[in-house]
Amino acid sequence: MSKPEKKMHEPLIHLVKRDAIPWYQAWAVRIIAVLAALIFSGIITIILTGLNPLEVYQKMFEGAFGTDRRIWNLFQNVAILLCISLAVTPAFKMRFWNIGAEGQVLIGGLASTACMILLGNKLSQPVLLLVIVVTSIAAGAVWALLPAIFKAYWNTNETLFTLMMNYIAIQLVSYFVFVWSVPKGSGKIGIINGDTQAGWLPVLGDQKYLLNILIVLVITIAMYVYLRFSKQGYEISVVGESENTARYIGINVKKVVIRTMLISGAICGLAGMLLVSGTDHSITRDTAGGRGFTAIMVSWLAKFNPLYMVLTAFLIVFLEKGASEISTAFRLNDSFSEIITGIIIFFIIGSEFFINYAIRFRKIRKGGKAQ
Amino acid sequence: MAANAAIELKNITKTFGHVCANHNVSLKVNRGEILSILGENGSGKTTLMNMIAGIYFPDSGSIFIDGKEVVIASPKDAFQYKIGMIHQHFKLVDVFTATENIVLGLEEKYDVKNASAKVKEISEKYGFEIDPDKKIYEMSVSEKQTVEIIKVLYRGADILILDEPTAVLTPQETQKLFAVLRRMRDDGKAIIIITHKLHEVLSLSDQVAVLRKGEYIGTVKTAETNETLLTEMMVGKKISLNITRDEPKHPEDRLVVEDITCMNRDGATILDHVSFTARSGEILGIAGIAGSGQRELLEAIAGLQHIDSGSILYHNPKTKQTDNLRDKTPLQIRALGVRLSFVPEDRLGMGLVGNMDIVDNMMLRSYRRGKTMFLQRKPPKDLAETIIRQLEVVTPSVSTPVRRLSGGNVQKVLVGREIAAVPTVLMAAYPVRGLDINSSYTIYNLLNEQKKNGVAVIFVGEDLDVLIELCDRIMVIGSGCVTGVVDGRTATKEEIGLLMTKSVHEDMEGGADHVKTGEKNA
Amino acid sequence: MITAFIQRAVMQGIPLLYGSTGEIITEKSGHLNLGIPGIMYVGGISGVIGAFAYENACTSAGHGMNGALAILIPFLSCLLGSLLMGLIYCFLTVTLRANQNVTGLALTTFGVGFGNFFGGSLIKLTGSELPSITLTKTSDFFRTSLPFAKNLGWFGQVFLSYGFLAYLAVAISIAAAIFLSRTRKGLHLRAVGENPATADAAGINVERYKYLSTCIGSMIAGLGGLYYVMDYANGIWSNDAFGDRGWLAIALVIFAVWKPGIAILGSFLFGGLYIVHNYIPNLDFSKQELFKMAPYLVTILVLVIISMRKKRENQPPQHLGLNYFREER
Repeated sequence: MSKPEKKMHEPLIHLVKRDAIPWYQAWAVRIIAVLAALIFSGIITIILTGLNPLEVYQKMFEGAFGTDRRIWNLFQNVAILLCISLAVTPAFKMRFWNIGAEGQVLIGGLASTACMILLGNKLSQPVLLLVIVVTSIAAGAVWALLPAIFKAYWNTNETLFTLMMNYIAIQLVSYFVFVWSVPKGSGKIGIINGDTQAGWLPVLGDQKYLLNILIVLVITIAMYVYLRFSKQGYEISVVGESENTARYIGINVKKVVIRTMLISGAICGLAGMLLVSGTDHSITRDTAGGRGFTAIMVSWLAKFNPLYMVLTAFLIVFLEKGASEISTAFRLNDSFSEIITGIIIFFIIGSEFFINYAIRFRKIRKGGKAQ
Repeated sequence: MAANAAIELKNITKTFGHVCANHNVSLKVNRGEILSILGENGSGKTTLMNMIAGIYFPDSGSIFIDGKEVVIASPKDAFQYKIGMIHQHFKLVDVFTATENIVLGLEEKYDVKNASAKVKEISEKYGFEIDPDKKIYEMSVSEKQTVEIIKVLYRGADILILDEPTAVLTPQETQKLFAVLRRMRDDGKAIIIITHKLHEVLSLSDQVAVLRKGEYIGTVKTAETNETLLTEMMVGKKISLNITRDEPKHPEDRLVVEDITCMNRDGATILDHVSFTARSGEILGIAGIAGSGQRELLEAIAGLQHIDSGSILYHNPKTKQTDNLRDKTPLQIRALGVRLSFVPEDRLGMGLVGNMDIVDNMMLRSYRRGKTMFLQRKPPKDLAETIIRQLEVVTPSVSTPVRRLSGGNVQKVLVGREIAAVPTVLMAAYPVRGLDINSSYTIYNLLNEQKKNGVAVIFVGEDLDVLIELCDRIMVIGSGCVTGVVDGRTATKEEIGLLMTKSVHEDMEGGADHVKTGEKNA
Repeated sequence: MITAFIQRAVMQGIPLLYGSTGEIITEKSGHLNLGIPGIMYVGGISGVIGAFAYENACTSAGHGMNGALAILIPFLSCLLGSLLMGLIYCFLTVTLRANQNVTGLALTTFGVGFGNFFGGSLIKLTGSELPSITLTKTSDFFRTSLPFAKNLGWFGQVFLSYGFLAYLAVAISIAAAIFLSRTRKGLHLRAVGENPATADAAGINVERYKYLSTCIGSMIAGLGGLYYVMDYANGIWSNDAFGDRGWLAIALVIFAVWKPGIAILGSFLFGGLYIVHNYIPNLDFSKQELFKMAPYLVTILVLVIISMRKKRENQPPQHLGLNYFREER
């Protein structure tokens, strides 16, 4: 019996989703990705600037750690970015795409600003600080609550909703910056209560940023504990993994969505407070500075684990600071850091593929069986 | 061979891993003929048809079309040979119109008017009733099915395969479909229809091929057979499994389901005036073709499915009170002190979270315990270790994600957890599906142990041999209706098989010969 | 004054129209590309680089500029720049199945950085006092409108006074609308975004459609950046002047309920809302900022209404934001 030749339509490369690979392999893949990204950005640097990449990296290091002031500055920036990343994390774990952190931070900052300006000379410092903390947390929470309610009850697309809320917050800030501008009509608020320091977060020791850093440190641990050890954190994981299972064990999914977004927004609001009351003592529409978006990447790169997030936040800020040092040192411009950051993130995002999928090459089949 | 068969399969074998889905199957269909493929769930009908449709590729054996051997390696190949398959799960884009769905993927010039006209022409020829411009999401299930059939005809198919087309239809819709199929047959098309409803087989087809557990049993001419003969071919001789079964001790009514009716989202009735009683110390089996409402019934009891009418009464053995569980959430049910355990059909999608480890999965039921806001990980960890030890779960450690365990071990984890809650009612849907023999016996023993402890066990199963040996009583449901309750000790496979393939509606129309089975209800 | 307002509104709207048409085509394939702001930015700077190179070449060679080349070179370099951005997004999300939100945001970071880096570098090259690059000559070519438009009074001003890129934007949107609703390829594309598994089963090459729609969408969006510098801004590039137009374009997609035809009118409306404060007498600066909020508020309103009404035609593509992997089913 002669068999007709079997045509194979199978493609040469075949993708399969793979089982979890051991954590060390996964991290090896990620580290390789970062190294590859550094090499690649090194090449880009040479092409664009003709500089020796090793020298460039050395400068980067100096930029980040060169002086005491720089180190504190670096840690302050890490702290704020980390705080926002922690804020978006519970939402993401629940598969709720809160990309409205930028707005939630700003609105929290705006609330702080309002308290500082309007109540600055009416309340005693401790009471004022308390009011600031409460209102900014509440403001951030409300900003997150709106999209959460619509998501829970009408399944309104949260990505787009939270995205739009950012710009409403930005415009609100712009509005109030004009309303409160000093001098009138200048369009700038300047340092608020520069003379009385009312509503400024206290300076611990003689380090301006130390309190900020400590607060974020506490939030980091609290968030880790919350997600890992609390009942609510457990509910978040279950809802994120499978709404069906959540229903099966009697979790009220709507309630969890709303509660989690409240937490997410509240921490964003607190981050806004740290920025305004604890760092800048002023506000502009750029106060959040895109950190709300960067935080999404930080959280995602850390696989939503608050402890890893310390590392990823650090990595991103290090890159930014380092790259901006390169710009000054080699007379490039500031934006070089964003290019480098972008490239490195692309590499890490891409590397996840190799963790989740295996590539199988089609086996070369032997010819017909009866020859 | 006189005239060549439209399509002929010779000695087709297909295995998935260790499971043999089809073994040496041979059959053929002529043009102008309807062939029914009959078999229970898991007998390999769909796998076989998927090989004709180019979705799977057979391990061995050959396929002939019009007497010529062909290779069908992709749906495209199948389409070239004018083979069209209507799947059980429709592949339609909801926001598109019928016509848009029908022409999707074709290369011809895009002209909706023309296409609509052609759709109308096909509809008229075979007697479909369809509005070509209606959107899919506005359609009933039977209309969607019509779109699928026209889609295949539009592409010029003359060998049609329909995978359980009547499972989702009302009797009236089924009659309409059959009229259409007969017209297509008279038009010279070869039609293969997968079904497990005997009366449909008898009223529609010219020939019947029977599969049982992947084996090809034989083909008979419809004119020369009857329901009893076909049932015998389908379910086979009784195989003794030696599952132990003790006499129930002091059975008392625990869960009384009275006349419940449920609709699904599309407004179709999925449970139709279902009533039954589950007693303590007894295993109540539920038999039926897959998708007859078993899942919805259990979910309704568990508080996961909206109930339109009727009541679910729970007699609490401790308080001696009776509570109505209807329209209560799972939490409210538990707050009433009802200890209800549920092993759902969808183990990793509902009963467990695949990405969580065994300990965290143990907590699903118990994580609310304790007064603080924090989880207590010690008790679930102990429980996990106990279950692993007692049920011999094969796992690297308690912190392995359950997704990575094998099917049997996943099920042991799930059943173990549900039993650990010390239930008074235990519902298990297909608890041994996909399990090897040893794991299956572990599960049977666990259920028997629960029975001995006075638990009312509800067991939804598909293997009739198991049901007959394990259960004290077996309730049979068909198309959302209870078609009979039989005694597990005296029932025969044929009896249950016949009940499974009937629906109450037919009983009403069908007349005297089915009344006997109905009597056992009382 | 009304005519002047309409004219300015249209000019404000055109970049948004490009951006949202591009994004609609992309989203129809099921990919939510949040990199659009970055892509538009790169489109703008790429055009600037091309124009800068050509203007300088002409100046140093000492001859005048050829009108066709003056348009073609920036135009093509804009397309190339935005295509490359689109390819990065596609490769990561389609081939490597990376998270779309994260990839898109990273792309925007990268794109804005890229634009500002080259913008800054060019500014340094020119040694200009001001932090901007002025390409008036090239811009003049882009801004050429019909010579007789001026003689037609308000009609000429409202309808005929724009550079060719404005008309191209409307033409592309109309073409996109026809493509999506009237052609087979459009049908297939919509099927890919709605239900990739069904499209796959129907023999449609899902990955190819995703790649093509994302890349073409990116190129269209990139033109929005080009229009902004060359026409709206009179050929003057300064870093970050593009503002939040990219996000506004994404908002417009929702406002237009994923229909390019509605996006045309919506873009003019958004453009009008963006500048309406300039035309309201005695409005102080602070209120202006509140007015700029309007497009976003309107968008949220639309988003909420469509989700509450649950009318199927107005929903986002069903598979928006989810990557497709055949064997997952």
